[in-house]
Amino acid sequence: MDKPSKVLIVGSGPIVIGQAAEFDYAGAQACKAMREEGVTSVLVNSNPATIMTDEGVADIVYIEPLTVDVISRIIERERPDGLLPTLGGQTALNLAVDLADAGVLDRFDIRMLGTPLEAIRQAEDRALFRQLLDEIGEPTPESEIVTTLDAARDVAERMGLPLVVRPAYTLGGTGGGIASTRTELEEIVAKGLAASPISQVLLERSLLGWKEIEYEVMRDGADTCITICNMENFDPMGVHTGDSIVVAPSQTLTDKEYQMLRTASLKIIRALGVEGGCNVQLALAPRQEVSDWDAPDGEGDPPYFVIEVNPRVSRSSALASKATGYPIARVAAKIAVGRRLDEIPNAVTQKTTAAFEPALDYVVAKIPRWPFDKFPLGERLLGTQMKATGEVMAIDRSFEAAIQKAVRSLEQGGRSLLWEDPAWKTEELQKVKWAATDDRLWRLMAALRRDADPLDLSKKTGVDPWFLQKLARIIAMEHRLLEEPLTPDLLRGAKRMGFSDEQIGVLADELPERVRVRRQEMGIKPVYKMVDTCAAEFEAATPYFYSTYEEENEASPLQGSKALVIGSGPIRIGQGIEFDYCSVHAVWALQEAGYHALIVNSNPETVSTDFDTSDRLYFEPLDEESVRDILDNETADANGSAPPTIVQFGGQTAINLAHPLHVADMPIIGSSAEAIDVAEDRSRFEEFLSKLGIPQPPGAAVTSVEDALKTAAVIDYPVLVRPSYVLGGRAMEIVQNDDELSLYAAAAAEAGPGRPILVDKYLEGREVEVDAVCDGEQVLIPGIMEHIERAGVHSGDSMAVYPPINLTDAEINTVVDYTQRIGLALEVRGLMNIQYVIVRSGESSDVYVIEVNPRSSRTVPFISKVTSVPMVRLATHVMLGRSLAEQGWTGGLQPKQQLVAVKAPAFSMSKLSGVDTYLGPEMKSTGEAMGVDETFSAALAKALVSAELALPAEGAVLLSIADRYKEEAEPIIRRLVEAGFRLYATEGTAAMIDGLGLPVEQITKKLREGHPNVVDVIRDGTVDGVINVPEGRMTGTLRDGFHFRRAAAVGRIPCFTSLDTARAAVDALLAGGQAYTIKPLSAYLT
Amino acid sequence: MNEPSHLVLEDGTVFTGRAFGAEADAHGEVVFTTSMTGYQEALTDPSFAGQILMMTYPLQGNYGVSGFDAESDRVQARGFVVREACDLPSHWRSEGTLHDYLASAGIPAIQGIDTRALTRKIRSGGVMMGAITREEPETAIAWLREAQRYDGSDFVQEVTTPDGFSWAEPERQQYHIAVLDLGVKHNILRILRSFGSRATVVPSTTSADDILALKPDGIVLSPGPGDPALLDYAVATAKALVGKVPIFGICLGHQVLARAWGAKSYKLKYGHRGANHPVREEATGRVSITAQNHGYAMDPDGLPSEIEVSHVHLNDGTCEGLRHRELPIITIQYHSEASPGPHDDRYLFERFLGLIKEVRTP
Repeated sequence: MDKPSKVLIVGSGPIVIGQAAEFDYAGAQACKAMREEGVTSVLVNSNPATIMTDEGVADIVYIEPLTVDVISRIIERERPDGLLPTLGGQTALNLAVDLADAGVLDRFDIRMLGTPLEAIRQAEDRALFRQLLDEIGEPTPESEIVTTLDAARDVAERMGLPLVVRPAYTLGGTGGGIASTRTELEEIVAKGLAASPISQVLLERSLLGWKEIEYEVMRDGADTCITICNMENFDPMGVHTGDSIVVAPSQTLTDKEYQMLRTASLKIIRALGVEGGCNVQLALAPRQEVSDWDAPDGEGDPPYFVIEVNPRVSRSSALASKATGYPIARVAAKIAVGRRLDEIPNAVTQKTTAAFEPALDYVVAKIPRWPFDKFPLGERLLGTQMKATGEVMAIDRSFEAAIQKAVRSLEQGGRSLLWEDPAWKTEELQKVKWAATDDRLWRLMAALRRDADPLDLSKKTGVDPWFLQKLARIIAMEHRLLEEPLTPDLLRGAKRMGFSDEQIGVLADELPERVRVRRQEMGIKPVYKMVDTCAAEFEAATPYFYSTYEEENEASPLQGSKALVIGSGPIRIGQGIEFDYCSVHAVWALQEAGYHALIVNSNPETVSTDFDTSDRLYFEPLDEESVRDILDNETADANGSAPPTIVQFGGQTAINLAHPLHVADMPIIGSSAEAIDVAEDRSRFEEFLSKLGIPQPPGAAVTSVEDALKTAAVIDYPVLVRPSYVLGGRAMEIVQNDDELSLYAAAAAEAGPGRPILVDKYLEGREVEVDAVCDGEQVLIPGIMEHIERAGVHSGDSMAVYPPINLTDAEINTVVDYTQRIGLALEVRGLMNIQYVIVRSGESSDVYVIEVNPRSSRTVPFISKVTSVPMVRLATHVMLGRSLAEQGWTGGLQPKQQLVAVKAPAFSMSKLSGVDTYLGPEMKSTGEAMGVDETFSAALAKALVSAELALPAEGAVLLSIADRYKEEAEPIIRRLVEAGFRLYATEGTAAMIDGLGLPVEQITKKLREGHPNVVDVIRDGTVDGVINVPEGRMTGTLRDGFHFRRAAAVGRIPCFTSLDTARAAVDALLAGGQAYTIKPLSAYLT
Repeated sequence: MNEPSHLVLEDGTVFTGRAFGAEADAHGEVVFTTSMTGYQEALTDPSFAGQILMMTYPLQGNYGVSGFDAESDRVQARGFVVREACDLPSHWRSEGTLHDYLASAGIPAIQGIDTRALTRKIRSGGVMMGAITREEPETAIAWLREAQRYDGSDFVQEVTTPDGFSWAEPERQQYHIAVLDLGVKHNILRILRSFGSRATVVPSTTSADDILALKPDGIVLSPGPGDPALLDYAVATAKALVGKVPIFGICLGHQVLARAWGAKSYKLKYGHRGANHPVREEATGRVSITAQNHGYAMDPDGLPSEIEVSHVHLNDGTCEGLRHRELPIITIQYHSEASPGPHDDRYLFERFLGLIKEVRTP
């Protein structure tokens, strides 16, 4: 095959559940591979917070919506001869199929690289998939495809329940589930048909309780096939693999089982003809006799079934890459342009080639990170619909240690395996129905702690006894720590099982610091072992390490100048891929300055945990113990000082470490722990601002309900309440009266006794956000971002535009002035983010500071890209002592670019049943998209399309607007009608529209009052969008709208809960006819 | 079980861990395998005779032991070294724990040591003699230095069948294969049977004439332990068989045939042991992942021109298989029967049977 000369690589768009940072990692690796192969890469993605969209990663970068129309225009402009869609998740794969169907690939003579079109169809289309597997003699569970609800009922009649429902062509199992009753069947099938772009679902025999095993396989053009890794799910079949705890390699499979499934996986990749990577999911009988494996015509039921195949790089392949050290995406990209496995050097050993199978000499545990800390009311039952936003991975030499380190990595309020919900009582744990939930691991521990029998728990949960026996060993160690004196043997035993100093302290009644000192006195320190793909068989060059408590340390301190970058851990709401972007840029800047860059992180999906990103990667939990151990390990001699740490780029995770590191005398570069404390401590911050004469909304930090009410009485309602020291606006509310405030304050006091809550005046003004770099002398502001939504919607959920479109020069000057003064007075060294609210009354306008964060923010990648100011690089050099002036930059607001860029949040609401989609001060989005163009309306339209918030060109909209906003909604309604939309509305809103003399259909029936009601018109597709603006929080109007907001989320139609967003969407719609521009990002910049 | 135990190496290195398996001391050549599964198959593989086997994967014994997974009628390794042995295994087929299995086989084992450090030591220093002992390490090192060395011993005589035996006959018999037992693994016999062949296993010292008297359709020279340079008797047998019937030499069988053709053997620094070894078949360019267990390799230089190298190891370029250009003879250096290891190489058995078919249907 001829090597293509120019390849279009399609990214995966904004981060949503089921498609997270792993595709940035994959895409970035692919670009690197293209460069090495001398192939020009053209990259398109709508997600600005990605490394792959950086200058210097791909050759030509487009940040544009991922639609057929847009990609066609890019193809027309760039004329690539190859399309590589296998590294951008399901999004890119689906797009490739659409492009082929639209004839675009043929028209421009573009080759599909990696996976043949036919293979995508075979893997995605259930009927074709079955047919293929039948042909090659691989077993699939009995199943049938249906396209209507009636057909589904017939199948259930014949095959019986439970049945697994799998919609075709969806990511993360969207819209699927397991139906055990007729009602469930109807519900899930209806949802599945809606979610599938071809309205097709598969009903499949349930293999609940079977072992779930995955293989990552690769194949090259010479038909060489290898497996990179196999993985065993702790949670048996029935839980989406993205929501399962996973270990690698498999632990309970005999060699015969391992090889049987391996052979099946290789047969499948051969049959599909994939050239690159592929993921095969299989179910293995946990009890049934394995059929006579060495007799090809053995009789009886097969002991396994093939469940699913992803003919592309996936989340699992990112995990497998990090678990083994084998760079799957990079090798897949090289294969796609014609390389053979045995021609590709093994980047790890640098002696052997990529044609081999990694051998592990450690255990890897992955635990998903679910968003239920943010959505306590969400449905926590796990099934075939993935719900996790991210994941953590931990490596150690025992299962116990790997799982315990993974739990520490989750960063759920310091929750270790010791954690128990206070509501769990012994009797309940005995009676509990062991359905899979996000907290099942802890419930199992609690039951074992109460002497439950592991074998009995295995029967109830389907979790293999092996895992439960291991958990029971952890419990046995807990008992020893409770009862026995802390001898060196006991302490070493506990550390080998992954107990943290803090856990040991809790059990042995010691302070964690005391445990640390004692174990160090006993010489009990972790050593660091290498992830080398070959179980130490060959000398390896990879700087990728994990800690363990054994004898030999392989990571002696790196010589020369060095610094440790703290990463940001698992992707969760409020702390996403943006911080990984910043961490990676910090590494690059350190290297540019001649430093060895060390990084610590626990997230296997990311670019930062690619083994060749940094000079040394520590794959460890991001807690005090791990980071201090790493710093100790990097301290050359007993009298030497630890290398400096950078905490500014890893989000709140890293910032939270500033204080403990400071106390432990570990040097931090960048803003001091002191500056961080001033910004985060409400009363110190107030004092600080008032000294500067900069206003902030009046308010106070209180610790009791009485004080909260007193404060509110002084500053007047509405007030904004939130706990201090949190990220992502967690548990933040706007309250309107004493009753609501009392409720909130009481709940907060219960959740965090003694912790202050902040009560601030809520100002309903225009929100503005600034990121800046400060070196102590100058403050550089790349640009100002204006939010589309008024204050009250969390900044992470707001749309924002650069440059601002509604601010006066005076307002801009004030913002710049405040930013500079705050940066200098706070002695910020590096990055800072400030949020302002501007309140206008008549001629005057006042600028208030809402929040200052002396660290990188979520918007740094966005603003860096659209202003061309390399913020993280500048900030890192500042931390190393080079002033902005020395770097050739001057402070102040940088000149405006001639582009307009709009950032829009992306939500994963269709996947989180029970979660209200109403936007407020609590952050709910999982990712973001960017639209860039020459005009505001074009940029806005692009952003909305990319974030799946755009209204279709024509159709109908359902409106339900609280009285308070009715008048303000009037012009929006008029414009909708002007655009040709039909209007449906609830009673009051309909009366208002009717009063305007506009046509409207009133939906009188409320839910449960018969049909058609408001939910029906959403479910049956009558309306294409919803505008629902309720009043206040905790009130009736908010509750009323819940069901139709959910219905909109499930039906995946846009639902606007802020008039500001609705206005923007309608404006974009009206301007939609306008031509938009398609050009590389660099061509927009001046 | 669980009392302190040591693994000592002849260079004086001592690893201290906890005992399991038999209450005994043992010595042998310390080798490691990187195969992540298949500990029981490995322990019962006759090619590990005379050796203390260490698994680089830290968790062993997870799925217990069963009659189903044995590759010969006893544990062949002299000792077993692991990071952690599972005492509560989980598998429906399991009949007991690794500890009980080794204890009843009289094989001592040690756990709780830094096996990765040991692997790195062997990788850089090469394989060496070692002992598992409960004695004072110094004492053990002293007697270890006096003990019989691995290199000079003919272990084939320890593992070969004394009287020969027949394997269960297939339902529909196609061919009769004679297997010269230099340390055969049962899976070779199982695979032959699955392809419709009846196998007769004969002792390693059986003469060519006696083998041919069985009127086999083909002959397999089996894998086995140790240095091929010590096996003049088997080499003589192989020489006499060449040209008579189709032959398939596997592992040690490959080495014996290569010697019969004039090639010399040499010892590898730390051998090839594992289930992830990439081997390229020269004729197709296709790479397959192979199961390997050999401490010696053959130098193909000096082979006559009618013999060609058919397979090459990707990592170190060593010879992994030979093919006779005219005669129906193929050899392979690795364990094409797998168990443990990938099943990618059954095609070699099919090829061998194909050669027989060609001979039989001219």
